[in-house]
Parts: sequence; structure tokens; C-alpha cells
Amino acid sequence: MITVKNLSKIYRTDAAETVALDNVSFTIKKGEFVAIMGPSGSGKSTLMHILGALDTPTSGSYSLDGKELNKLTDDELAVIRNQKIGFIFQSYNLLPRTSALKNVMLPMIYAGVPKEKRIPTAEKYLKEVGLGDRINHLSNQLSGGQQQRVAIARALVMNPAIILADEPTGNLATAQSEEIMAILTKLHKEGRTILMITHEPEVAKYAQRIIHIKDGKLI
Amino acid sequence: MPSELFILKMENLSELITSSFEALSLNKTRTALATLGIIIGIAAVITLISLGQASQKAVENQIQSLGSNLLTVISGSFRPGDFRSASGTATTLSLDDAKAILSSSKITGVKNVSAEIQRREAVTAGRKSTNTTVIGVLPAYKEIHSVDLDVGEFISESDNSALSKVAVLGPTTASDLFGGSSAVGKSIRINKIAFTVIGVMTSKGGVGFGGNQDDTILIPLSTAQKQLFGVTYVGSVSIEVADAKLMDNVRDQVGYLLLSRHKISEPANADFTIFSQQDVLSTISQVTGTFTALLSGIAAISLLVGGIGIMNIMLVTVVERTREIGLRKALGATKKAVVSQFLIESVILTIAGGFIGMILGTTLSFVISKLINLPFTLNFGSIALAIGVSGGIGILFGWYPARKAANLQPIEALRYE
Repeated sequence: MITVKNLSKIYRTDAAETVALDNVSFTIKKGEFVAIMGPSGSGKSTLMHILGALDTPTSGSYSLDGKELNKLTDDELAVIRNQKIGFIFQSYNLLPRTSALKNVMLPMIYAGVPKEKRIPTAEKYLKEVGLGDRINHLSNQLSGGQQQRVAIARALVMNPAIILADEPTGNLATAQSEEIMAILTKLHKEGRTILMITHEPEVAKYAQRIIHIKDGKLI
Repeated sequence: MPSELFILKMENLSELITSSFEALSLNKTRTALATLGIIIGIAAVITLISLGQASQKAVENQIQSLGSNLLTVISGSFRPGDFRSASGTATTLSLDDAKAILSSSKITGVKNVSAEIQRREAVTAGRKSTNTTVIGVLPAYKEIHSVDLDVGEFISESDNSALSKVAVLGPTTASDLFGGSSAVGKSIRINKIAFTVIGVMTSKGGVGFGGNQDDTILIPLSTAQKQLFGVTYVGSVSIEVADAKLMDNVRDQVGYLLLSRHKISEPANADFTIFSQQDVLSTISQVTGTFTALLSGIAAISLLVGGIGIMNIMLVTVVERTREIGLRKALGATKKAVVSQFLIESVILTIAGGFIGMILGTTLSFVISKLINLPFTLNFGSIALAIGVSGGIGILFGWYPARKAANLQPIEALRYE
């Protein structure tokens, strides 16, 4: 599903060079639930952004679902993000003052899914994350856990090849964290491929496999 | 591949428009203030164009009402840069010239000829007095200048041959001298000579070129020449041409006739000038057109400033919504999708401004034209222009902020605090 070879990311300023990722290689198979763990500054966020096609590596190759991402244009990357990747962010990133339904429909709008198909699809995934009764609530009327569940529904609507979760429980209390992790575990059991970044060992436990990263290198 | 992702279908467009309205309604004060520049600009342009056209039309109507197919000969030459003889002071035209024009076998197409002389004189009636234009006329004046009488009768051939001291008053002069009461049969004094009022003209409307036609006194030409002004020449000769197509012919023929009568061999040295209403019309149209263009140009500058205001607001919006743009890009928005979203927002702003400005401008020009007594015409051209221009401004000034939003790197936009 994901093959990363000799991936490096170097930030250059006039004064210094910072190596965020140093020759990273790994593969993730279809259906795996993998956690990437590392202290802050270890390069795990940079790795996540490159895997999410939000950022480009300085060198090395990255292929997702059989597609080499290095040579793609900005708009082609937008299509990859839209159709192959489902993002779950630490700070949820919902549109403010916008209903849960509209938030979940957003990726389908960019995909050009017709309106009559968008609404039932969005409703289906909102029900799946247990928000069937809050479809028309505005994002700011929902609790943190509920907002993150809307974000999960939004990550699922395009039926992506991989779900990328960046500290999905970082802003949540324990009870809500467990709810979110239960949903991710369920999605994994349904056969989805999930890659999660975290620095909390108890969250990483939910994953099948843990990749440790430190100073830009895998350990 | 991107084209299959975000196709700008009607459905997407309506989606974008709805979300643009939602975005704009989040900060109503700012939206209103941003639109204000466009509202004022469009309202100013529409008002000025509309009033300019209305005054042009008023002048045209006025000149048409002076009589149709009219050629006027005045003494003196009117060439640019040549001030040898100012008009009115030259004394080269005579009544015989007018008679010759009418009777000449070399001229075809002349329907009627009249000769006039005019001066401003002090006029009194009882205790009331006024200063007005006194014109000595022939009976043909009535037909040539389309004069209608409200009451009484016009100056006749016998009035002219008998040097009668009779006068026909313009409606303004009549009310100046006699108030509401009937003027016919009353006596007035022009330059201390007593005249009897025999008629009052109907109004032709107040605004116009060459003085107010309603504020005049008409007296027989012979009386004016011999009794009042003590001269033998005439100021101008009016020629009514039978057909508009013959205007140029008649103008040339009259020109040659007068040149030979005045024994001038070189047309450049002519001691008279012939002009038609068309000449006057086009001169005035040129003047009012220039004024309208000038004023509209100034109004257009305010439109430009309004457009820059829109750009400013859109730039602020882009910065404020950096995270949102980052999110949209992370979820698969292409550059085209982001550009469309922000362009549509700015176009909605400007078109809404243009629409309100159009209503405001139309109302304003309606009120002003009623106040200063101009004909009001609703000009669909300027309405289409207003909507088109404001939409164009939206695209023009929205383009830069929209490009700026579209070119944001998703990861930097998402990290933006």
C-alpha cells in the first residue's frame, strides 16, 4: 500500500541545514494499522505530511497504492489527497459554524459527486461514527470528541486507500480518546489501512505495529 | 486528471455561490463597507451618464422646436481664430438679401424665408419693467420657427408695411409684465416707445441654447429697424428648406447668391456665415458629450477606488481563512476550486454593490431630473454597463487575492495560527 524508499527532508535556511528526515525506508501493507511514535522534533509530523501529500520530500521515493507521488503536479496531488487519503487531524479542522453534514460532504464536493448522492453518503458515515442524531448540528455546537468523530466520517466518505491520523486523541480527555480509538480499531477490523502518529504509548497500543522514529531516523 | 476532479458544473456553481453568501454573511459590517465603494462608484456613473444624456436630449428637443430644416444666415464670419468681425456687430445682411433668396431662380428647395434683427431692450408696462430680447420679425417667422400663439394674433404683412407698433410677447415676458392678467390689448413701452400687445406665444420650455425663447418680444421687422434701432440691416436670415435632403444644396446655393450680391469673389472672405440646426446640434452634442465623458471619468475613478477596496478586503479574508484554505486543499480542493471560491465571493460583492448602486443612481437621476425639469429616461445600456463593469471589477480585483489563496502551500496553510 505504502512504499517509502530513502526518504529525506532537509530544511535549508541561510544559516543552517536541518535534517528532519534522514534516509527513511519502510512499507505498510494493505489492511495494516501502524503507529508512528517519537518524541517531539523527531520528524514524525514531517513524515506524516509527506505521506499525506501535503509536503514533498527533498529526496527519495514514495508510492501510494501503486502510484509514484514524486512526479505529480500540485493539482494531481490534490486529486490524490481527495481520493486516496483520509485525514484526521489533532485539532479536528472542521469548517467553523458549518453543520456536521456539510463538513462531511466537503471532500465529495471537490470530487464532483452529485448532490443527491452526497447527502445519503455523508449521513451513512455520520451514523457509522455514532452521530446519526447530530447531523445538522454546527461544528461549534459539538464536543471535542464529537468533532473528531465528524472528522473521521469526513476522512471516510471518499473511501480512501489509507487513513492518516495525526495525534487523533491529542486534544481529547481519556474517555473520549477511548471512544475515538474504538472507532479506529473497528475501522481496522473492517479492513481499512490506518497510519497513526502519536507520542502516547497507551494510544499506540491499539496499533498492530509501531514504527519508532528519532532525530529523523527509524529505530 | 485534475479536470475530472473539479468540474465547474452548474451544480458546483450554485454550491459555491451558497457557500460564498454564507462566508460573506459572517462579517456583515465588513461586507457592507467593502461594497460601499462599488455602490457609490456605480451610482455616480449612472447618475452622471443619465443626466448628461437627459440634458443632451433636452437641448436637442429645444433646437428641434426652433423649427425644422432651418438654415440660418448671420452676418460676420465665424471661422476659428478669426475675430475680424464678431457676429451681430457686422451689418452686411439686408432685407433685400432675404427677398433675393426667396425669389432667386438659382435656388431650389426654399420654402420660406424670414429676416430678423434682435437686441436686448428695457421694457416697461405700467410700473413693471424687465430686460428682454426684442426681435424684429417678418410674418414668415411664425411658420419657420414653429411659433404657436396662446392668445391673440401674430404680426401680419400689413403691420410690417405700416410700421405698426404692435408686439407679441413670450409667455415669460407676459407674466413678468402683466402677472396673471391678460396682456392682449395692453400697452407696453420698449425703449420708451409705446407698443400694443396683440398676442402671447405658448411656452417652448425654458432651458436652451441662444437664450430663453419664452422670454422675448416680437415686433414687426420694419418697426424694429426704423423706429426702434434706427438701422437698415438685418441680424440674421432664416431659411426654411422644403426637404431635409436639400439642406446642403440650398446652403451652397444661398452661399453663392450672397457672395455675388455682396461682390465677394473668394468664399474664404465671406462676410456672412450659414449654419444649420445640425451644426448647432452637433456642436452642442460635442460639448455635452465631452462634459458627460469627463464627469463619468471622474466617477469611474471612484469605481476604481472601490475595486481596490474590494481587493483589500479579499486579501484580509484570505489571510484570515488561511487555515480553512489549507484544510480545503488537504481535502482535495484544486487551485481552480480555490480560485473559483474566492473569485465568486468578490464577484458577488461587486455585483451586489453594482445592483444597489444602479438602483441608487437611477433613483438619484430621476429625482434630480424632476428637480431641474429634464426629461428622465431609463437607460438600459447603462444598467447593463453597471452590472457588467461591477462584475468585471470583481474578477479583476478578486483575481490577485484568489491566486494568493490558491497558491498557499497546504501544509503551511494548515499550520498557520
